[in-house]
Amino acid sequence: MTAGAAAPMIRARGLVKEFGSFTAVDGIDVDVMPGEAFGFLGPNGAGKSSTMRMIGCVSPPTAGELTVLGMDPRTHGAAIRARLGVVPQRDTLDEELTVEENIWVYGRYFGIPRAEVRRRAAELLDFAQLADRAGSVVEPLSGGMKRRLTIARGLVNSPSILLLDEPTTGLDPQARHVLWDRLFRLKREGVTLVLTTHYMDEAEQLCDRLVVMDHGRIVAEGSPRSLIAEHSTREVLELRLDTLDHAEHVGAVEGVAERVEVLPDRLLLYVDDGERAQSEVVRRGVEPVSALVRRSTLEDVFLHLTGRTLVD
Amino acid sequence: MAVEDRVGADVDVPVGPVARGGGWPAVTAHWFVRYRRMWFGTAVSSFLAPLLYLVGMGWGLGRLVDDGAGGAGGVPYLLFVAPGVLAATALQVAAGETTFSVMGSIKWDRTYHGMLSTPLAPVDVVVGHLVFVLVRVALASSVFLAVAAALGTVRSWWGVLAAPVAVLGGMAFAAWCYAYTARLETDRGITVLLRFVVMPLSLFSGTFFPVDQLPVWLQPVAWATPLWHTVEVCRALTLGVVEPWAVVGHLAFVTLWLVAGVVVAVRVLTRRMVV
Repeated sequence: MTAGAAAPMIRARGLVKEFGSFTAVDGIDVDVMPGEAFGFLGPNGAGKSSTMRMIGCVSPPTAGELTVLGMDPRTHGAAIRARLGVVPQRDTLDEELTVEENIWVYGRYFGIPRAEVRRRAAELLDFAQLADRAGSVVEPLSGGMKRRLTIARGLVNSPSILLLDEPTTGLDPQARHVLWDRLFRLKREGVTLVLTTHYMDEAEQLCDRLVVMDHGRIVAEGSPRSLIAEHSTREVLELRLDTLDHAEHVGAVEGVAERVEVLPDRLLLYVDDGERAQSEVVRRGVEPVSALVRRSTLEDVFLHLTGRTLVD
Repeated sequence: MAVEDRVGADVDVPVGPVARGGGWPAVTAHWFVRYRRMWFGTAVSSFLAPLLYLVGMGWGLGRLVDDGAGGAGGVPYLLFVAPGVLAATALQVAAGETTFSVMGSIKWDRTYHGMLSTPLAPVDVVVGHLVFVLVRVALASSVFLAVAAALGTVRSWWGVLAAPVAVLGGMAFAAWCYAYTARLETDRGITVLLRFVVMPLSLFSGTFFPVDQLPVWLQPVAWATPLWHTVEVCRALTLGVVEPWAVVGHLAFVTLWLVAGVVVAVRVLTRRMVV
């Protein structure tokens, strides 16, 4: 699957992570190419974070092969970590320090000289739009600001790969868009991004290529567009009916759609032409409380592949 | 921003010696940056606490002891108790700096997770933290000794060495507090440690009264803990009655506790964090 001659930044074959009798990651194969924005999409507990921690060389694999930047995490963990930027799922900022102190201190962990760290900190805070808060203590800052600080901090060593574990979980929509904008800039500058998310819009916005994970396995792989083309129809007709149980009405729409999914509050009809399907449904005497035609998303892909929605 | 050196496809770069990043000094630096915000409070308390102890215990209680029993261990009670409280203070500061802050770095603000996602290894995290604690304990012990000397409790120039000895004793205990805390899931265990280990040790290790006042069966417990040995040496130094071989024996025993404690602490933290 690796087109071109460049060696992958990350390569996994049959990668397994077990915690006691629980298998968090169950034999996955992954290649991440230079400059790519690569996503792990899946619900909570799918094994995304365990995979990220193995790539980040803080969690030794149980079995399988893993190569990061051409090196083996088992023997060259420190050398690999020296060239990674890590944005963990939960912030690890020192909330008692100021914004800039957090970056200074973190830069020292990499052995970057003091003067150099200060110079980079100023640049990074500009980039993260935190320059005016440089001297503020971290604790009272908003979630979005802390997240941007964590990203700025993760860039202090000019990493070859930036690992982002659920970068925007818990942020309000505006803060997410600011953050996505920053990540776009990094991507344009050639930083390889690897991120996990359970938001489809995030995956569609940011990822060139992604894998869908469920129960520790990869269930699909490709670009957002190709995954939708492969596993879903062009459009979806969403019908909300005045009923307690939408499952009872599947018969009434039979044959209209390629596939029908029943959710607690609506029916999803997978079709190529939503408008036409809607008129056909109405012609059959079904009277929805509301009807919505939309394009297929990765959520639909996930629903189709696993029978479940991503965010419950 | 600087992106020139952030090249995507440089995976063919030959692997050099394993990067260690900033090593333990970078971790110590972190704790000092943090300490900058609260040094004043701890400095004041490390001056006031010994003063109150020595005045209350030494003069108040001491007069009673001296009148009733003619002093303790052959000297006025104030002279007896001062080196004991010095060693106990070092132990308490050491315990205070290796319990809640260790738990917080693992579970609350999770700064250890941040450190370990850089080239730093668990040994850097433990050693860097303990070096900071060392400086904290050294400052507290020096201030205490100065106050004690001003009150006339130090009879010999040997007494100057009581501060580093108290620090050694404190660090021997700090390493074990660190190892213990790094295993805990909640901070309840810290309260248990402070109440049922630190407190009794401070009271019964020959600090406030000679251990031969303890029940016979309890005396070996005092001999096994590092604090009793530290107190013995500190007292010998401030009183100027130094028996070289006894001092060497005591210090060797305490050093053994320290080295073993650091080894165990690194192991425990590795097992906790690298999973």
